[in-house]
Amino acid sequence: MSDLSDSKSPLGIDDVRHVAKLARLALSQERLAQLQRELVAILGHIEQLQAIDTTGLEPMTHPLTLSNRLADDVPEPGMPIAELLRNAPATEGVFLVVPKVLGGESA
Amino acid sequence: MSDLVALRDDIRSGKTTARTAVDGYLARIEQQNPTLNAYRETFANEARASADSIDRAIAAGDVTGPLAGVPIAIKDNIVTRLGSTTCSSRILENYHSPFDATVIDRLAAAGAILIGKTNMDEFAMGSSCETCAWGAVRNPWDTTRVPGGSSGGSAAAVAANLCAAALGSDTGGSIRQPASLCGIVGFKPSFGRISRYGLVAFGSSLDQIGPLTHSVRDAALLYQCMAGDDGHDSTCAPRPVEDVVKSLEDVPRAFRVGLPTQYRNGNAAAVDAAVTRAVEHFKAMGAEIVDIDLPLTDVGISTYYVIAPAEACSNLARFDGIRYGHRTKSASAHDLFDLYAHSRAEGFGREVQRRIMLGTYVLSAGYYDAYYRRALQIRRLIKQEFDTAFGKCDVILGPTSPTAAFTIGGVTDPLSMYMCDVYTVNTNIAGICGISLPAGFDESTGTRLPVGIQLQAQAFAEPLLFKIARSYECAQGGREFISA
Repeated sequence: MSDLSDSKSPLGIDDVRHVAKLARLALSQERLAQLQRELVAILGHIEQLQAIDTTGLEPMTHPLTLSNRLADDVPEPGMPIAELLRNAPATEGVFLVVPKVLGGESA
Repeated sequence: MSDLVALRDDIRSGKTTARTAVDGYLARIEQQNPTLNAYRETFANEARASADSIDRAIAAGDVTGPLAGVPIAIKDNIVTRLGSTTCSSRILENYHSPFDATVIDRLAAAGAILIGKTNMDEFAMGSSCETCAWGAVRNPWDTTRVPGGSSGGSAAAVAANLCAAALGSDTGGSIRQPASLCGIVGFKPSFGRISRYGLVAFGSSLDQIGPLTHSVRDAALLYQCMAGDDGHDSTCAPRPVEDVVKSLEDVPRAFRVGLPTQYRNGNAAAVDAAVTRAVEHFKAMGAEIVDIDLPLTDVGISTYYVIAPAEACSNLARFDGIRYGHRTKSASAHDLFDLYAHSRAEGFGREVQRRIMLGTYVLSAGYYDAYYRRALQIRRLIKQEFDTAFGKCDVILGPTSPTAAFTIGGVTDPLSMYMCDVYTVNTNIAGICGISLPAGFDESTGTRLPVGIQLQAQAFAEPLLFKIARSYECAQGGREFISA
C-alpha cells in the first residue's frame, strides 16, 4: 500500500483516488475532482492545529475515564434470525448471498 | 398553548385525553408537514391505540407514568420496531430495526406515545437539514429558511407544535443549533448520561441523545426519564441520576456566570444583543458575572473535523450492502470489493461521502499522527481549558449559533456550513453538558427569526444547569409559539 505522505502535493488526485479505494467508494472522475477541491479547502483550515504545542500531552480518546466494564457471564437470548434476515438485500434460506469471495478483492 | 408538562397534567386530571392530544397533533401534521417535511413517517394507528389504552387506564384510576399520554417524535437515527429507521439516507431506505433503542423503552415505560419519526441531515451530518435524502426540512418561522441540523425535523416539529416534544442526537451541536434556529429548548446531556444503545453511531466519543422541547421543565423531565446506566451500553456512566425535576424550581443559590471573550466574534447583532439581555437577567438575579478565557474556541471546528470524520468512517464501514441496507444492482459489481464500493457510492449522499473521505484520509498511513493523534491531544487541551474556566464560574453563557436561520441553499461551501457549530462542538469534544434557550428574535431581514443563547456546565452538573436555565425561562415567560 502506498504511503500518502510520500506524495509531494498536499492532496493530489491520485491520493483522493487511493482514499476512495480505502473507503470502498466507487466514485466518478468528476466526483473525485470535486472532492479533491473540497478536501484541500477543509484540510487547509485544519492546518491550524499544527501550530499548537502538544508536547507531552496524552491523547484524549474519550470524555469518560471508565475502565473496561464486563457484563455478567449469563446467557441471554439473541436476536431472532428471521427478523434480522428480513433486512438483508439477498438471502438463500438462512444464508446471506454474496459474490464469490475467493480470488480476492480487485486491485 | 402549553408545554409537555401542562399537557401531561391535563391528561392526568381528565381535563383532556391522550386521544384528543394525538388526534390534534395528527391533524396539524397532516396540514403542515407537506410544507415543513419535519416528519418522515407518522404512526397514526398505533398512536391512537396507545392513547386509547392510556385513557382507559387513567379513567380506571390505574397508576400511569410521568409521561402518560404525551405524543413524542423521534429522530430517525434512533431505532424503533415501529416503522423504519433510515437516518434520512438511501442506504437505509426500508430498514426495519429488530429492536427498540433503550431510550424508546424508557419513554414507553414512562407512558409516552410515539407519534412519528423525524427527518434529519443524512446520518446526522449537517447543520441545515439540507442533506436529508428525502428533501430539505423547512423552518416553521420562515419556510424559505433552514431549521438547522442535524436534528432539524425534530426542532421544526416542536416549533410548529406538531408534537409535545421530540428526541434528537447531538454530536457537535445537532440538538442545540436547530433548537436555537427554531426558537425552542434543546438540551445535550453530559457524555455518558443517556444510553446510546439503538442510536445509529456517528462519532462514538461525541454522540449523545437529548430532548428538544417547548420548555426547560419538559427537557428536565424527559432527561430524567431517559438518563441512567444501561447494561446494553458500556459507555453509559454507572452513577445515580439526581432528581432534577424535584429541584428544578429551587431558585439557585449565588452562582457565577462565565462570559468568554472569544464568544463575541462575528456574531449577528441580534445574537450579541440576546446574550447581553441574558447577562442583565442573571445580574438582576444576583449572579456574579465573570470574564473567562477560552482561547481554543477557535480551533474547536478543526479538532472536531478530524475526530468526528475519523470515528464516522469507522462506524459507517458497517454499511456494505451485505447484511442490510442498499445493495447495488450494477452489473459491474461482480466481486466483493465492487459490491461494497458501488453500494456505498450509490447509497451515501455527498456530505456523508465527504466525511468518510476526510476520516479515511486523517487515519491513513503517514497522516495518523499529524492529524488524528494531534487532534486527540488538542482535545485534552480543550478539556483542560474548560476545567480551568469552571474553577471560576458555574455556567458558561454565550450564543448557541452565530446567526439566526439562513435561507435554504444560502450556504453552499462545506467549510462555511461547518462554522455554524463554532460555539457547540467543544461541548461534545470535552463531554460536558449544554442547553440552548429561546432568547428573542432577529428582525433585521424583515421576518421574525428566533435566536438562542447557550448555557454550558461541567460534566454531570445537570441539576444546576437546569435550575439556572429554568430561572431564565420563568423570567422570560416561556417560549413564543408561532401564531396560526
